[in-house]
Amino acid sequence: MSRLADTPLAALLAAHPCVADFLASLGLPAVDDHQPLTDWLALLPDEAIFDAGMDREQMLAHVGRLIAQVETMTANSLRRVSSLTLIGGRDKAGRPEDIRLTLKAGEIVCIVGPTGSGKSRLLADIECLAQGDTPTGRQILVNEQIPDEDWRYALDRKLVAQLSQNMNFVVDLAVRDFITMHALCRQVAEPEAMAERVIACANELTGEKFAPEVSVTQLSGGQTRALMIADAALLSASPVVLIDEIENAGVDRKRALELLVSGDKIVLISTHDPLLALRGNRRLVIRNGGIAEVIETSARERDNLARIEAVDQVVMDIRDRLRRGQRIEEDIAWLQ
Amino acid sequence: MQLITVAGSPSVGKTSVILRVGELLRRDGLKVGIAKFDSLSTSDDKLYEQKGFPVATGLSGALCPDHYFVSNIEDCWAWGRRQQIDILISESAGLCNRCSPHVGGVQAVCVVDALAGVHTPKKIGPMLRLADLVVITKGDIVSQVEREVFAYHVRLANPGARALFCNGITGQGVTDLAREIRKAPITEALAGSRLRFPMPAAVCPYCVGETAIGETHQRGNVKKMQFADMAGAA
Repeated sequence: MSRLADTPLAALLAAHPCVADFLASLGLPAVDDHQPLTDWLALLPDEAIFDAGMDREQMLAHVGRLIAQVETMTANSLRRVSSLTLIGGRDKAGRPEDIRLTLKAGEIVCIVGPTGSGKSRLLADIECLAQGDTPTGRQILVNEQIPDEDWRYALDRKLVAQLSQNMNFVVDLAVRDFITMHALCRQVAEPEAMAERVIACANELTGEKFAPEVSVTQLSGGQTRALMIADAALLSASPVVLIDEIENAGVDRKRALELLVSGDKIVLISTHDPLLALRGNRRLVIRNGGIAEVIETSARERDNLARIEAVDQVVMDIRDRLRRGQRIEEDIAWLQ
Repeated sequence: MQLITVAGSPSVGKTSVILRVGELLRRDGLKVGIAKFDSLSTSDDKLYEQKGFPVATGLSGALCPDHYFVSNIEDCWAWGRRQQIDILISESAGLCNRCSPHVGGVQAVCVVDALAGVHTPKKIGPMLRLADLVVITKGDIVSQVEREVFAYHVRLANPGARALFCNGITGQGVTDLAREIRKAPITEALAGSRLRFPMPAAVCPYCVGETAIGETHQRGNVKKMQFADMAGAA
């Protein structure tokens, strides 16, 4: 508190831009830089305080918490998750789910099973770091330990970034400004440079390139997907990425996965796309609300993946030629 | 009895979240009741009744809903006691962002909607800034980036509160909210308690039915806009 009572406002605002934002959001009259915050507030007319919607003490306490909060967020971004451990609970019929599964950073795990089998429930258990208190009774450990309460609740340290199929943009901003805004929130040192990196990376993932000036609301489905994947890989704090199927909307799925894994993320994909499902180290088979089986991807499956990729490459090339207005009339060579 | 005040702009999903969390709390053997405040009409009481929650409804009509709320919350509390309710949740819509329904010592929840746009948390006054818990709804329909930016802005708007994402449709995140609500302090009585911040005020002829426009009708608590081009021309 003494900081607020002693430091001239100009110095306080320079050290903590978040305080300037906060004061601006209160709609208070122009700030006199030379006085400390406490004195400046004391001199404001009561009417201005009433309009602002917080009394002086509440504002001071708020500013104190705000500074502490931003400092914790910065410190927390250094905390790492190297593994997640899932301890089984029970399936929909109440039968025990006999499993203890550890997922390590840099690993891709696929989740397979029919609609309604409980895939979303599994992802939700991971997202909320279930401690036997969800309907499935599962428990999730972080780095082999029971996560403390702060892990469960800290929004800024949210463990899981979720790339779902239906996602919309509410803001109408240019891609560059949008990603820069995210970088600012993540306290990145050079937000603009980071935004350029994310955009360049997204452009490598998508067949249809987009410019940084284009509005996010004008992006195609594939471009949106690519942008969100690049952002999750490079900018998101979350060590776990949950992906709900990467549809074949002009996104290079292989590179997308490589990108995510290179950031030491734990990647969980709910998918039946052979290109994705066979790329994972393991696949969890969900049946009736429980993990019924864990299949390690075998050497033969990996061989088959190479063949499927070759076929997929042919299709991708055809897609690209169609985009460029060409005819597809030759005998297609599926496998060499 | 534990009293929880839940407030948030219209259509953010307060009722859905309360229904979900109420079902969870009930599963733990607690009797949950709802005091539903609205302005012109509501059909949410039917939703609560359908799910078997006792509900008391108040419509503020022409009055400021916030003022109506604070004049009636004590009676709702007494109703809850008569119904032998364990957890009474009041639901009130914050129709202007300057609403200030939270009471000192009573667990205060603000519901905000991720669809409202990333700058909204900045614009909401005491309803958000002085809440103990912030529930963010509709996070599933915006992009991951916007979710993160929105959460960050909620953090800055209320750095003391716990904030959590809740999906009123699937119930995702509601377990965490239920756990927080169970920790709410007991409200032994409301008389003598204080609002965390004064409610928006207006005492002028328009409060009591004046409809005519013009300077001569503007009396009492009147505040005028300042125009840059008229500055210094007093």
